[in-house]
Amino acid sequence: MYAIDLDNVKKVYKGGVEALKGLSLQVEEGDFYALLGPNGAGKSTIIGIIASLVNKSSGKIKVFGYDLDSQLESAKSQIGLVPQEFNFNQFEPPIQILVNQAGYYGINRKEALLRAEKYLKKLDLWDKRDQASRELSGGMKRRLMIARALMHEPRLLILDEPTAGVDIEVRRTMWGFLQELNSKGVTIILTTHYLEEAERLCRNIGIIDKGNLVENTSMKELLSRLDSETFILDVDPPLYLPSSERFKITQLDEVTLELELSKELSLNKVFEELTAQGIRVNSLRNKSNRLEELFVGLLKNEKVNV
Amino acid sequence: MFKCSYRIALQSILRKEINRFLRIWLQTLVPPVITVSLYFVIFGNLIGSRIGSMGGVDYMSFIVPGLIMMSVITNSYSNVASSFFSAKFQNNIEELLVAPVPNYIIIFGYVGGGMTRGLMVGFLVTCVSLLFIDLHIFNLGILILSVLCTSILFSLAGLLNALFAKTFDDISIIPSFVLTPLTYLGGVFYSISLLPPVWQVISHFNPVFYMINAFRYGFLGIADVNLSVAFSVIFAFIGILYILVSILLKKGVGIRT
Repeated sequence: MYAIDLDNVKKVYKGGVEALKGLSLQVEEGDFYALLGPNGAGKSTIIGIIASLVNKSSGKIKVFGYDLDSQLESAKSQIGLVPQEFNFNQFEPPIQILVNQAGYYGINRKEALLRAEKYLKKLDLWDKRDQASRELSGGMKRRLMIARALMHEPRLLILDEPTAGVDIEVRRTMWGFLQELNSKGVTIILTTHYLEEAERLCRNIGIIDKGNLVENTSMKELLSRLDSETFILDVDPPLYLPSSERFKITQLDEVTLELELSKELSLNKVFEELTAQGIRVNSLRNKSNRLEELFVGLLKNEKVNV
Repeated sequence: MFKCSYRIALQSILRKEINRFLRIWLQTLVPPVITVSLYFVIFGNLIGSRIGSMGGVDYMSFIVPGLIMMSVITNSYSNVASSFFSAKFQNNIEELLVAPVPNYIIIFGYVGGGMTRGLMVGFLVTCVSLLFIDLHIFNLGILILSVLCTSILFSLAGLLNALFAKTFDDISIIPSFVLTPLTYLGGVFYSISLLPPVWQVISHFNPVFYMINAFRYGFLGIADVNLSVAFSVIFAFIGILYILVSILLKKGVGIRT
């Protein structure tokens, strides 16, 4: 079954701006799906429409088979939304925000208090439960919004840039938590500008640009399209530029080399050659995220095609 | 009456709304009581003693029902207008919009919050009035019905204002330029029999006039208008406002993109 099924969804804002141009997209139940695109591509519009915060101009949307037009309440019950902007009452404490939210989904107060305790502890917010939410740090506010979205235990969790402005430690904790949720069967749709995050977490990926879906495939398939990868090598001085017919190498400074390697050639072969030429490599890293390279390439192609 | 989940949702909205105005009681409950107390002292005691009687009763007794009703009207209205607009402004109205809560539960919840504050302030003002006069109740049923209907009506009006409002100025313009004049010209301080005939006719187009008179009848047994006409007007306004608010919520005016 599809967790979401969008069929030819269009959105035209007042003034004629066409945010979605007949977008069709299916996300399988249990998937961890990345929805990527540049700013203004239409990601937040799609999420807003699925969550009933934005009225679509036309098209059909189903959430776990429930039609958003004719079975709105059943569809809404399946979705937990973590929006991009903080949208809770900053004067209320976390516990009150969570219990109220559960109430809107018909969960009684006793059960809501139990769930609030569970998620606040899980997301390391229990000590802050009675503190005014405006006093929480940015990372805590993001986690509070995740806890709020989970109060009714939705089958589909939509996260719109959940780790924006969050330090790396908190981000990694959140990744672990989201992976745990997904392993328990919760379908997750994620938008993010951190492509490393999408690459690490998501199995499938959709890229949208100017209201069109320009790519919809598995992460594995997308990454396999990379012809070559670029690495940065930190080496021991004194450095001289090695030569090779099998790979391209350029010198960046006295102790740094840039290596462009085709997919067919293994790193072992490169190291063999470098060692033979007396170069000792101390460390190696990707020049940029692999997905980032593809993402930029795809958007460039899209612009050329337009 | 409601599905169990809707009842819980309604209780949640109500609890949130009541907690909100109780948390800031110094801004929501105390000022209207002080203002009306000053009216009692200045218009009732100091000036009222020179006016004598109005509508067959002493002036202080005449203005007390009107002043109570004025507090109910302004507090029911402003509670819903400011609370709903703040929720819009901070985007936390989205908490409700993404949840499976029907629009009529949202309306009942916010109107319930407005009514609670309006009636609470009305009760406090009534208690203060006991320091100045001995209150007698002529018809408790009429009194309760009129104050309940009035608080419903103005809570709905506050919600309508909040739906259309785009800035905080928009939720103060209507109370300042529409609500206050209607209330003052609705017969709080005078019987319309004192007005020239043309102004008597014009007063009948003011809905607040019917509410104050129905409420005054509950206390004193006197009114400038037939009670069945008064309640018909009140019910009609409630019906119209409810339908308008429902349509706007369904279309998402002011709350959905």
